[in-house]
This record gives sequence, C-alpha cells and structure tokens, in this order.
Amino acid sequence: MTKFIVILLSAVFINNYVLSRFLGICPFLGVSKKLDSATGMSLAVIFVMLMATAATWPIQHFLLVPNDLGYLQTIVFILVIAALVQLVEIVLKRYVPSLHKSLGVYLPLITTNCAVLGVTILNITENYTFLESMVNSLGSGLGFFLAMVMFSGVRSKIEGADIPESFKGLPVTLVAASITSLSFLGFGGVVENMFPL
Amino acid sequence: MNKLQNFSKGIIKENPVLVLVLGTCPTLATSTSVLNALGMGAAATIVLLCSNIVISALRKVIPDKVRIPCYIVLIAGFVTMVQMLVKAFAPALDKSLGIFLPLIVVNCIILGRAEMFANKNTVIDSAIDAVGMGAGFTLALTLMATIREVFGNGTFLGIEIPGLIDNKISILTMAPGGFFVFGLLIAMVNKFGKHKPKKKEFGCAGCPQAAVCGKPSCSGCDEQKAEVSAK
Repeated sequence: MTKFIVILLSAVFINNYVLSRFLGICPFLGVSKKLDSATGMSLAVIFVMLMATAATWPIQHFLLVPNDLGYLQTIVFILVIAALVQLVEIVLKRYVPSLHKSLGVYLPLITTNCAVLGVTILNITENYTFLESMVNSLGSGLGFFLAMVMFSGVRSKIEGADIPESFKGLPVTLVAASITSLSFLGFGGVVENMFPL
Repeated sequence: MNKLQNFSKGIIKENPVLVLVLGTCPTLATSTSVLNALGMGAAATIVLLCSNIVISALRKVIPDKVRIPCYIVLIAGFVTMVQMLVKAFAPALDKSLGIFLPLIVVNCIILGRAEMFANKNTVIDSAIDAVGMGAGFTLALTLMATIREVFGNGTFLGIEIPGLIDNKISILTMAPGGFFVFGLLIAMVNKFGKHKPKKKEFGCAGCPQAAVCGKPSCSGCDEQKAEVSAK
C-alpha cells in the first residue's frame, strides 16, 4: 500500500508532469488562461490518461512483448490513444451529453498531447505492474490538474500587471511558469522521507 | 518563393521554436546540455525530412478525410526507425533523451509542417522546407542549451570553462531555469525581431494542437473550437 502512496504522491508533486518533466507544456501554456477551461482540460486529461493506460498496458504485456513486437510500441500506442479518444468522444456524446459538453472540446486535442503518450510509455519503461501503472497515471493526471489550476490563478494576476512591451504574452507566462516550477522543487525528497520503504 | 528563401525562412523568419513557438516540450526538456540539444535536433530533423518527403509524395493519394491518422502513422514509423538507430549507434544519447525520443511523434513541428507545407508543395520544396525547419529547431535548441549549460553547469560540450565552473548557477539546468531562459529568449526575439509573423500565415489549421498550443496567434482558437463543436 505504501508503494502506491509513494507512486501517487511523487507523480503529483516531485515528478510533476508539467513543471518538472516538461510534458504537456502546450496545453499548460495555452489553456490555463481561464480557471474553468483549465479545469475542463485537466479533467479530460486525467480521464484519457487512465483510459489510455488501461488500454496500452495489456497491449504491451500481452500482445507486443510475447510476439516480440516491442519496437512497434510507439506506433501502436499513438494509434490506440487516437482511436480511444475518438471512441470516448462518441460514447460521451451519445450517452452522457452533459459531460460531453464540458469535456468534449478538449478531447480531440488530447490525442497529440505528449503527456498522455508520455505516461503510457513511462509506465512501461518503469516496469510498473498494472495497478501501479493506473496509480501512476492517476497521479500524473492529478499533478497536471494541480499545475493547471495553480497556474491559471497566477495568470489571472499577470493579466492586470504592467509588463514591458517585449515581455507581453508568452515570455512573461514562461517566467511565471518558471517561478511556479521553482516552488515545486521544494517537494524533492519529501515523499521518500514521509514513507520510508 | 525561391528555394533559398524557402530554406532560410525556417531558420530566422519562421523559426519553429522562437517565432512560431511549436514543440515547446522537447525544447525545454532536452536543452539541459548542448550535446542533448544537438542530438534531439538531429533526430527531429531526420524525422521531419523523411515525413515531409513521403507526405508530399503521397499528397495526391491520401484521402483528405483520413489524412491526419495517415500522417501520424507515417511519422510514428519514422520515429521508430530513428529510435532504433539511436539505440544502436548512440546508446548514451538514447539514455539522456529518454522519453523524448518516442515523443517526437507528437511534436507539433512535424505534424504542423506536414499539414501546412508538405501536403501542398512538391517533394523537393518540402524537403528543403524540412531541412530549413529542422535547422531552425536545432539552432534554437542549441542556443538555449548553450546558455543553460555554460551558465548552469560551467561547461560547454562537457569542456570546463575556467571561471564559470566555480560559479555555476545550477538552477538554470533544472526545470525552472528551462522556463526562464525560454521566456527570455522569446522576449529578445520580440524586442529585436523585425519580421513579425502574420497571424493568418501560420493559421491554426496547420496544427492539430492549435487550440491548446501556446502560440499567441492561436489564443482565440479554443473559443472557435467550442463554437464549432457546439454546432
């Protein structure tokens, strides 16, 4: 049990996907302007990450590895994710229209989000079991959520600030991201010391 | 547009990293050392060159409706190829690039060039465009890596620099430094760059990630997408 907690907490805080691993930077910079779109995007990411892990882990361990097809990993994973996202969108649209309304916009964009492909590949390279992979995906998704929500708060403050002309727009956002990510450096080592294995 | 302009636009005027702001994830992650940056740049350039050539050669064969999945499969194929080559001939590079090697598949630059350029132009033009864009990507990456390695680690390509080696600002090689240096570089391009890209030229159509990417000219996209999907 401790192991799951360690995986979960380190995925959220220490190896935060956005702020320390640099995965999913595009949505982090693009969609974090407003709190509600940041929340919608991150919920969709958590959802797709879990679905993608649930689909790709069995494919890797029961289909690719036994047949010696490990080198097809990248192609198969990206196709599975793309197909999955389409499928989820269709199902949501048909059966849960209210959820589709809030997440639907973000779903197609997630196909090419490197955080989703990243988490599925990392689960394989870290040799996680199925349950550990699911926990890791959940943690990564939650970490993404945390970073997005925090950062949308930071950005709403920037909007009103008086910034030098050449820093307007993206540069000041990146500098703000740098300071946000600085605060996450402080979590290094905390989880390991909290739960000694 | 002549061939030389076609080549050079990728390096300065439409630099994929500093002007178009595409492919931010690998830029931030692999610019910790110059060697990593060169390796990443070379790998991405090879994939871009191959995919641009093949996609422009097949532009009349691939049906319009399924073009994005087709492109992704082609790109993933080339990425796998490069991945195997790097594993075989440069295992150290494979280790330091890690996850970002397979993630070239979802690099916005490659799909973006396929969609914006290769599916409308001839094979030769697309190849030149790919080399230019790849060179621009590598240059920007190397520039950023040079700043981060020289000041953050006191070395250049692993060679120690006297004076700096004892006074390194190690935070620059860590995650916050990546964001910070990237922010400064873009601010510098904004300040000194004379060629402001026109909004329409790099329209969001070119990039499947447009609505979520950090490109300032795309900031209006999520609203547009919301409207489209609401219909």
